[in-house]
Amino acid sequence: MYVAVKGGERAIDAAHAWLACERRGDPGVSELSVAQIREQLTLAVNRVMTEGALYDPDLAALAIKQARGDLIEAIFLLRAYRTTLPRFGSSVPLDTEAMEVTRRVSATFKDLPGGQVLGPTFDYTHRLLDFTLMAEGELPTAPTAPIRDEKVPHVMALLDRDGLIEAAPQGGQPIDMTRTPMEYPADRALRLQAIGRGDEGFLLGLAYSTQRGYGRTHAFVGELRIGAVTVEMEVPELGFAIEIGEIEVSECETVNQFKGSKTEPPQFTRGYGLVFGQNERKALSVSLVDRALRWEELGEDFAGAPAQDEEFVLSHCDNVQATGFLEHIKLPHYVDFQAELELIRRLRRNAHQEAAE
Amino acid sequence: MTSAMTLAETSFNFAYLDEDTKRMIRRAILKAVAVPGYQVPFASREMPMPYGWGTGGVQVTAACLMPEDVLKVIDQGADDTTNAVSIRKFFQRTSGVAVTERTAEASVIQTRHRIPEAALTEDQILVYQVPIPEPLRFLEPRETETRKMHELEEYGLMHVKLYEDIARHGTIATAYAYPVKVEGRYVMDPSPIPKFDNPKLSGNAALQLFGAGREARIYAVPPHTQVVSLDFDDHPFVASKADHACDICGSATSYLDEVITDDKGGRMFVCSDTDYCRGGQ
Amino acid sequence: MTLLTGGFHDAPRQSARAFRLALNALSRPGRIETVSGAEGPAPLSAAAATLLLVLADRDTPIHLGASHDVQAVRDWITFHTGAPFVAPEAAMLALGTWDTLPRARFPLGLPDYPDRSATLIVETATLTTEGPRLTGPGIQTEAHLSLPEVTAFQENRALFPQGLDFFFTCGARLAALPRSTRVEAV
Repeated sequence: MYVAVKGGERAIDAAHAWLACERRGDPGVSELSVAQIREQLTLAVNRVMTEGALYDPDLAALAIKQARGDLIEAIFLLRAYRTTLPRFGSSVPLDTEAMEVTRRVSATFKDLPGGQVLGPTFDYTHRLLDFTLMAEGELPTAPTAPIRDEKVPHVMALLDRDGLIEAAPQGGQPIDMTRTPMEYPADRALRLQAIGRGDEGFLLGLAYSTQRGYGRTHAFVGELRIGAVTVEMEVPELGFAIEIGEIEVSECETVNQFKGSKTEPPQFTRGYGLVFGQNERKALSVSLVDRALRWEELGEDFAGAPAQDEEFVLSHCDNVQATGFLEHIKLPHYVDFQAELELIRRLRRNAHQEAAE
Repeated sequence: MTSAMTLAETSFNFAYLDEDTKRMIRRAILKAVAVPGYQVPFASREMPMPYGWGTGGVQVTAACLMPEDVLKVIDQGADDTTNAVSIRKFFQRTSGVAVTERTAEASVIQTRHRIPEAALTEDQILVYQVPIPEPLRFLEPRETETRKMHELEEYGLMHVKLYEDIARHGTIATAYAYPVKVEGRYVMDPSPIPKFDNPKLSGNAALQLFGAGREARIYAVPPHTQVVSLDFDDHPFVASKADHACDICGSATSYLDEVITDDKGGRMFVCSDTDYCRGGQ
Repeated sequence: MTLLTGGFHDAPRQSARAFRLALNALSRPGRIETVSGAEGPAPLSAAAATLLLVLADRDTPIHLGASHDVQAVRDWITFHTGAPFVAPEAAMLALGTWDTLPRARFPLGLPDYPDRSATLIVETATLTTEGPRLTGPGIQTEAHLSLPEVTAFQENRALFPQGLDFFFTCGARLAALPRSTRVEAV
C-alpha cells in the first residue's frame, strides 16, 4: 500500500549526522587540526582561497576540514561565507615589483636584475613516493641566505623600455563581478576576475588546448614570481593609502607572439595571471587563457577555439556554479519526467494507431 | 544542536541576506514587475545551498519576506520533498517566520516545478525556482544573441522549433518548461512546470516572481496578467496530464505523480500537490 | 528633526514590510498602501522617506527635483543612504513634485536592457483612487488613480518596454504606476 512519502526532514537530519561521523573517520586516529591543514596542506589552502575569492588561510583550512578534503565543496563554503560580508572599499593596485619574492623564474632570460630564485618548487623533484613520510620523521631543514633587499623589476618592464612589448592596456576602475551582473562583451579586468577565481582544472584544460593549437598564442613565461606583497587602501579621511595587510600571491606574465601592421612595427603581446598563495599551475593557466581571450583587441582571427570564446569561458569556468547545476539533477524531477512519460506514451499510441489504420 | 551553532544562527540578518543585497534584489524585482516577462539581470550571491538547488528562488523569497509572513515551500508539488524541507528549514532558522503546508494559509509560496492546484489569491506571492531562465537558450546558446532577439521581438526561431516538433511527431513535443508570451511582448520560460500548469500562469490573482540564481536573472508576471502558451492555429496548445484519477483522493483534475508499486508493472497515480490531495480526501 | 533621526530603528524588518507594500502597489497599479518607518525633514513625506530607505544606497544615484533640493533633505539622504546626487541623465532614482522633475531627461532604459531606467518618486498633495482609468498588468478590470496628468503617462506607455516607473507619495501613503499601465482620461 502506498503511503505519501513522508520523513524528508528525518532523513536529512540523519544524513547530516552520518556525514559528520564520516568526516571524523576512525576515532582511533587523532583528529586533524585546522592549523595542521593550514601549515601542511598549504597548496590546497591556496587553491581554496583563490577560487573561494577570500584571502583567509584559517577559514580556508577550516573549509577543507569541513568538506572532508573536497576542494570544490570547500571553495563553495568560503564563497557562501564571503558573499554577505560588508564591503569597506577596494585596495589600491598591488605593487608586485616590491614583492618579497620566495620564487621568481623567467623562461625568457638566463639572468636578469633581481636574479632567478628557484624557491620551494616541485619542479625538479623526482616524483618518487617518499616512504619516510609514512612515519613522523625528523624536522626538515634548509639552507638559508640573507634577504636581498631590493626591488625586483618586472621582465615586462625591461622589454617595455625597448618598445618590444605592447604597452600594458590601461583600464579605468574595474567592475566588481560579485556586485554587478555579468554582461558581454566583458572587458579584460572583468575577464581576469572571472578566470582568476575560475576552476583550476577547467582553466588548465583550456590553457593546454591553446598550446595544442586551439587558439595558439605562442606563450613564453616572461616571468613567474611568488611572494608576499602588502595590501594598501586609500582612506578618504586621511588622504593617503595605509597598509592593511600582507598576502602571498603568484603572478605570471607571459610574452606572446606579436601583433603589428603596416603602420606599426611588430611587438610582443601580454598574458597575465594573478592568484592567491603559491599556485603556479593556476597562474600560468590564467595568463594563457587571458591572452587567448584577447584575440579581438589584438586584431587576430577568431579560430573558433573554446579558449577564445569569452561567453563560453566566462559562463562555464566557475566551479561553484558548475557543480551546483550539475549535481542538481540528483533532485527530484518527478513532475517533468511525468510530463515526458505522458507525452511519449501519447506519441507512441498515436503511432500505433496510424500504423493500424 | 551545539551552542556554537545557536550563536551563529542568532547572528544572521533577518532572512539571511545583508540589507545591501536585499535592496539590490528588491530594485531588480520592482523592475521585473514593471516589465512583465523581461529577465532583469541581478548580482546574484552565493547562497549556503548550491546553485541549481533554488538559490534564485531563495534570494527572491529572502528579499520579499517580512516577519508576519507564512511561508510554504514545495518541490514537485510536495512539502515533504527533501529540498523543500531544506529550504523551509533555512528560512525558519534565518527569519523565524511561520511556515505552513496549507496553500490557503501561505502568504509566500516558494515552488520548484509546480503551481499549486488551489487557486491563489491577491494576498499571495508565488516564487519560482528557475534553472535556465532564457526560453531561447537551447536554440541559441549565446546571451548576446538571445538578448538581441528579445529586443527585436524576433521569436521566429522558437516557432520554427515548435513547428519542427509537429513535422516530426505530429504534435508539439514540449511537455514542461513550455514557452509562453507575456502581455503580447516577451517570450518567457515559465520554469520547468508541466505544461498542465501553464493556464494557471495567466490572469492569476497572485504576484508571480521568478528567480534564477546561477544565471543571475529575476523576472515577474504581475497579477491579472495575460500569459499565452505559444502554439499554432492548427495545433493549439493543450494542457495535458496522465489520463487517470488520483488513487488516494480520487481527483480527476489534479496533476499526478506515477508511483511504481512492484516490479511486475504495478503502478498507481497520486496527486503531485500533497496539500491538495489531503484536502480532497 | 535632526540629521540622525527618522531612519529605521530595525532596518531588516521595517524595510521588509515597507518593501512589500511598495511591491504590492507597483504590482497592482491604482492600489494605495500606507507605509511607516521613516520620517525625513520637510518637505519629504513619510512615504517618500520610507521608500528612499528601502531603495536607495551608494549604488543608486539620485536626482532631486527643485522642490526637494534643500540642504536638510540632501543631508538626511546622504546620512541614511549614501546615495550620490546627480543630474537627471545619470539618475536611477528621482524625488520631487511632478512639475520639478524633468521627465524627458531621465534614463528610459535601453532597448536590450529596459530595466536600466529611472524610478521617479513623485510627491503629491492628494492621492486618491479617483481619476484617469488604468488598465494593464496587475489590474483585473480597471483601476483609477489621481494622476497629475494623462498625456505624459500615455507617452511613457508608448515607449514600452522602455520607460519610467513611478511611485506617488502623499503623507504616509503611496501608490505606483509602472510603465506597463495604459492610462486614459475619464
